[in-house]
Amino acid sequence: MSPSSLPSPSPSPRLSSVSIQTEDFDLSAEVAALRSGDAGVGAITTFVGTVRDRHAGQPDAGSISAMELEHYPGMTERSIEAMIDDAFRRFDIRGVRVIHRVGPLQIADQIVLVAVTSMHRGESFQACEFLMDYLKSEAPFWKKETTPEGARWVDARVSDDAALKRWGIVSGNATGA
Amino acid sequence: MQIQIRYFASLRESLGAGETLTLDTPLTVGQLRDQLIARGEPHAGALARGRALRAALNQTMCAETAELTLGAEVAFFPPVTGG
Repeated sequence: MSPSSLPSPSPSPRLSSVSIQTEDFDLSAEVAALRSGDAGVGAITTFVGTVRDRHAGQPDAGSISAMELEHYPGMTERSIEAMIDDAFRRFDIRGVRVIHRVGPLQIADQIVLVAVTSMHRGESFQACEFLMDYLKSEAPFWKKETTPEGARWVDARVSDDAALKRWGIVSGNATGA
Repeated sequence: MQIQIRYFASLRESLGAGETLTLDTPLTVGQLRDQLIARGEPHAGALARGRALRAALNQTMCAETAELTLGAEVAFFPPVTGG
């Protein structure tokens, strides 16, 4: 087989897509689609966020029974596309897929997917974490939990702003500043 | 000058989804917040100074010094908690 018949590993194809949806997603299918046709992919990093039944630091099982997610249609997609552009500037990556669910969710449901492909693992790990840190503090989603005491909006955490700071990005999300 | 105001999450629950407002003079996002607070309840409580709130102008996060322009869409909401 001549080298010219092999799929080219370069230049970087820069695949990206964002979906805001009520439906669930299939991790395997999303990864297969993202890496499809790109022979330059040597690493795939994925993060899946799920609904848990308790708060961080308050390990009472069952203190949360369901969750609802609201977003800002239009702004949500634009802000995530801008953060993906930023990720492509910062890291040598080849593809990004982001899915964020909205609407009513049950315990153990999948909420969010961030998948990143790159030639080597370091860049995809970093870009995946960068995108999740960004999503937590800068993308317009709000979580509302159902608890035995009733429904309540989840407070932003200062630790999420701190996570973003390590990328050189100052966010006043948790403080509203 | 007409602008569109939108509210999300807990603010939407107390103030509704939003409204169209006609302004006599140009304002910053912060001045608009103060003008809404001056209406009294429920705006005064929901938008009160000291509450952690964020704002977006034309669907981009903004500081309260951002200036509203003709046809602007300004949104107020609590800190975001996605992911």
